[in-house]
Amino acid sequence: MVSSSFLIRSKRQLTSDAVYFVVDCAPLAQAAQPGQFVQVGVPGFFLRRPISVCTIDGSTIGLVIAARGEGTGNLLQLEAGDTIDLLGPLGHGFEVADLQAPIALVGGGIGVPPLAALAKKMPQAQAFLGFQTRAQVMLEDAFSHAVVCTDDGSYGVHGLVTQPLEQALRQRKPSLICACGPRPMLQAVAQLAEQYQVPCQVSLEERMACGVGACLVCQCRLIRDGKEFSAHVCKDGPVFSAEEVF
Amino acid sequence: MANLQVEIAGVRMKNPLIAASGTIGYGREYAQLFPLSILGGISTKGTTLEPRMGNPTPRVAETPMGMLNSVGLENPGVDYFLREDLPYLMQQDTVVIANIAGSTIEDYRGMAQKLDRSGVQMIELNISCPNVREGGAAFGCSTASAAEVTRAVRQATSKPLMVKLTPNVTNIAEIAQSVEAEGADAVSLINTLLGMRIDVQSRRPVLKPNFGGLSGPAVLPVAVRMVYQVAQAVSIPVVGLGGIAKWQDAVQMMLAGAAAFQVGSALFADPYTPQKILNGLETYLSDHGVAEVTELTGAVKPW
Repeated sequence: MVSSSFLIRSKRQLTSDAVYFVVDCAPLAQAAQPGQFVQVGVPGFFLRRPISVCTIDGSTIGLVIAARGEGTGNLLQLEAGDTIDLLGPLGHGFEVADLQAPIALVGGGIGVPPLAALAKKMPQAQAFLGFQTRAQVMLEDAFSHAVVCTDDGSYGVHGLVTQPLEQALRQRKPSLICACGPRPMLQAVAQLAEQYQVPCQVSLEERMACGVGACLVCQCRLIRDGKEFSAHVCKDGPVFSAEEVF
Repeated sequence: MANLQVEIAGVRMKNPLIAASGTIGYGREYAQLFPLSILGGISTKGTTLEPRMGNPTPRVAETPMGMLNSVGLENPGVDYFLREDLPYLMQQDTVVIANIAGSTIEDYRGMAQKLDRSGVQMIELNISCPNVREGGAAFGCSTASAAEVTRAVRQATSKPLMVKLTPNVTNIAEIAQSVEAEGADAVSLINTLLGMRIDVQSRRPVLKPNFGGLSGPAVLPVAVRMVYQVAQAVSIPVVGLGGIAKWQDAVQMMLAGAAAFQVGSALFADPYTPQKILNGLETYLSDHGVAEVTELTGAVKPW
């Protein structure tokens, strides 16, 4: 775990409100695992913002930041050549025992970037990526096999990711589903996973302060061994076993 | 080099910087970023007799130069703390201060009895909690109930006792005097200021419990003023906290009358804050030819 300022090597606009930054941060990149996140310092704001690691490449990591409020809006003003303040890598990422296994990746909106690092390690993974409209579609090229869905049918399959996912589950069961996206999507994916008896890991989002598990603000109540258990998204997650969450 | 040692409630600390309760858990997480031994002391997460799940989320919100939290005293309970966390903390070469909370006098007394037999070096009594028998007003909000809870804990333990005061009162100096009269060895202040933030789109409070405690640089001037007032009113040591994020803030707090200070939510913004403050403090002392950090306490020259 490191906390320091790092150089932004490049910046690319992915959609009207989301940007892909590549940051030179060897100590962080060498330790980072798919599904982990970093806490990004925001000029002019007190708290850091948790941002998932999107890509890990030698001495760099890629971060996708979408403007969700004033803080993330400020981050989008950063340019290549500027420095960015990162604390990380943090949390517990996706756990994949067999990198050759047939797995399904399910992402919704800004939940797609955290799956990209996993897709790079597992080129055979089948991805199901959902967006509201064509204008929000991002990172399709980061996945070798991707079915893209849009809510309004303006691109790819018209409808929710759960439709093509269920088709795939009927035809050839993956050994694991890894999902990240809005809570209703995660819940629907978890239900399908249970129905088709496929293990499922979900990456959750919660407002955070410390990011390391000390302040306890980002609680997620799980059912573990039949009992309610207080987990914290920053330290015990963000990736959890779906059956503990839903 | 200046001497940074201080003594609070009879406990010697290598420097006046204490990590504030609720911001550093029981130490393990931030130990991945800096050795806890740099700290003069560490005040644990507020701990209760029984485990608590705390409030529903969201329980944090950003505010101008600060934050609101409504964690609601989530903690694993005192027995778990004594078994799993205290042995670890005792090996970190820093003063271990157990922060205790409760909702009845009996809770506090039970906590104090258990800790009295433990290795903790000091007890910090959080009296900002709602008193369930008295309609939910915080113990620390009246001189009578602040005195009552202090008396109960004082009778239950011979450990050095520091009472942490809430700023959500009309006259904090009176509260400080009432706990001093009941045998408190020190007071720490301020706990968080009660606040609220509303999402203008949904018209909902950002925090699920509606209100939360404000901390961060925004509260520093309020804390400095209250430390100044309390230091005038009592003769026991005052430990200052609230919004300290840089060495200048810590020096202000000491000049106002604090014998030591706590650093809390600044850790979230920069985990290296404690080391930076200590470095800055040393430089300040040497630049000003001050041999002992204790010389700063109360050395403000008011108009």
